[in-house]
Amino acid sequence: MENRSIAQGISLATPFTFLGGVVIGWVNALGALVIFFVQAVLLIFKPKQLPLIIQQVFFIGAKSANIVMLVGLFTGMVIGLQMYYVTVKFGAEGVLGSAVALSLIRELGPVLTAIMIVARAGSSMTAELGILRISEQIDALDTMLIDPMRYLISPRFAASIISFPLLTAFFDLIGIIGGYFTGVILLGVNPGIFFNRILSDVALIDITGGFVKSLVFALIVCTICCYQGYFTHRRLEGRGAKGVSLSTTSAVVQSCVLILISDYVVTSFLL
Amino acid sequence: MENALIEFQNVTKRFNTRPVLDGINLKINEGDVTTIIGKSGTGKSVLLKHIIGLLSPTEGRILFRGKPVDGMNKREWKAYKSQFSYLFQDNALFDSLTVYENIALPLQQTTNLSKKEIEGRVKVRIEQMDLLEATYKYPAELSGGMEKRVALARALITDPKIVLFDEPTTGQDPIRKNAILSMIVQNQRRFDFTTVMISHDIPDVFFISDRIMILYEGRMIFQDTYDKLDQLDHPIVDEFVKSLEGFKDELTGLHTKGNFERLYEQDSSQKEPHEAYVVLIFTLEDMDGLSENVGDTAAPEVIQSLGTYVNKHFGDFGISTRLAKDQVATILPSTEIKEAERMLEDFSKDLQAKGLAQIQADTRLDSNSEDCFSFSIFAGLAEGRAGDEMDVTTEKAISNQKPILKFTCEIRR
Repeated sequence: MENRSIAQGISLATPFTFLGGVVIGWVNALGALVIFFVQAVLLIFKPKQLPLIIQQVFFIGAKSANIVMLVGLFTGMVIGLQMYYVTVKFGAEGVLGSAVALSLIRELGPVLTAIMIVARAGSSMTAELGILRISEQIDALDTMLIDPMRYLISPRFAASIISFPLLTAFFDLIGIIGGYFTGVILLGVNPGIFFNRILSDVALIDITGGFVKSLVFALIVCTICCYQGYFTHRRLEGRGAKGVSLSTTSAVVQSCVLILISDYVVTSFLL
Repeated sequence: MENALIEFQNVTKRFNTRPVLDGINLKINEGDVTTIIGKSGTGKSVLLKHIIGLLSPTEGRILFRGKPVDGMNKREWKAYKSQFSYLFQDNALFDSLTVYENIALPLQQTTNLSKKEIEGRVKVRIEQMDLLEATYKYPAELSGGMEKRVALARALITDPKIVLFDEPTTGQDPIRKNAILSMIVQNQRRFDFTTVMISHDIPDVFFISDRIMILYEGRMIFQDTYDKLDQLDHPIVDEFVKSLEGFKDELTGLHTKGNFERLYEQDSSQKEPHEAYVVLIFTLEDMDGLSENVGDTAAPEVIQSLGTYVNKHFGDFGISTRLAKDQVATILPSTEIKEAERMLEDFSKDLQAKGLAQIQADTRLDSNSEDCFSFSIFAGLAEGRAGDEMDVTTEKAISNQKPILKFTCEIRR
């Protein structure tokens, strides 16, 4: 009888035990992520970092510029096209310039740039760090008294902080040119009105808001991608090459989801 | 008693609940070559990673010069770690950096040396390790042996006091294995560092190690000199150490020392005490000098050729083994000393006439080397009786050694 009641008690507690375990796991992971982030940011200011940061700016920033601008161009062109057909219905095609510019600067520029960087540089950051980890190259750094966080992670953080806003600016600029191409050259909107509405409707707060978002995205993407790669060896569901592949997938998925969630949060604060 | 450089006191390491190291007590003395052997999965690499601080013990403590490592402050810890280098089993070279950049990395990142000073020090190491042709290659473009030398060069670039080697010869052929171990010992003598090594290259590790440690199921069951290993009464000696040793020496194709001693004992047990036998000893003089001048593989290749040649000459009359890394011993169980002297004389003549050519062909010393080099092979013999200790006869043979082959330096540059 007593055994039966104990068994019932255990079965009643099981869902809570499970839930508690999951929550503790989440809290631990979040704590580790925050410590990782703080350490990485503080180590940016250590000596001998400049050459490493320049290398990473080249990789994350310069090498992503082409794809970001290409996506920016077509995004601007599509927005120009869609907005033209909406605005022309109300005879308000004059606002096409500001519609294209505001949607790019405030929203699509930072988000799509961040997603493109995740796809191109974030995934490779995770894979590279994961391979460095499983081939003991990170341990080798440690044995040589080179702090792996300083040598591998901090330069990526600094480079992301520099590159994300710059690439967002490129995206916005090329996107507006794309919108101009569709609206003015292909569909015949007056070029003077197009640019005049941009100048009159786009305020500094719109531009700073876009850059704030891109900075937030930079920190999120870099933290997630570096963390997943750096701690690949702790994955329980897969080791070695499989672990690296799972880390890369997780990094891309988590980064994209968090970009969209944080976009909503930041936007709600900025409005 | 001498203070240990590194001491483990009841060190236990568990991963989750699984113990990998179980109450380890060990002492590593300064300047020694200490070799750790043990089956796969017994925690050898885990033990090595504890020394350098990549892992910390679950229980117990590690002392460095009598001071607990876990009680060190940040500065002491940094000073402690700066004395170490670690050569990983798979080398852990940075794939995206060239050989030069790999070797220079610790200096670039941890010192304030100028670019010129770093360049000078790296170039010296590159020359010492015979890596000139690979300077600007990437690790993926190198052979296994070259990668190992790059890893060793990187490990030694900071002039460490203690170098830890995790299976430095894995995946190498017998000549390269021998060459890597010789290279480690040569560098250990040249730069005077303490060596802790995991290796299964029996008998070579026995020849070069001051102390042997055997790890068995997470426990340290032996730590002493190689001579004392015979006295160890533990199943691992038969099931693991002897199986690693095997019957034939990988390098020379001669009998292994264990097998040689068994065969000798079998033979002497069938003899009357007054019956004679002869021991012949062949020594390659200045093996390390040969390696330094002609490259790491030359000396093992000469020993390999010598072994083959001794086997060819004396194989039908006796049993031979590699006694030390530069020494081959032959026992002629049923040969009188006069007859043995005549056989040695014939062997010497043959070695002069044909053997040298064979050694030169095997080692490619005559055609490819541009360096000045020379080497000598000495031989000596002594007679013993069936009841005598073989070691005494061997000592006599060593003291009777005379040069039988001299290859003199030829300057080609």
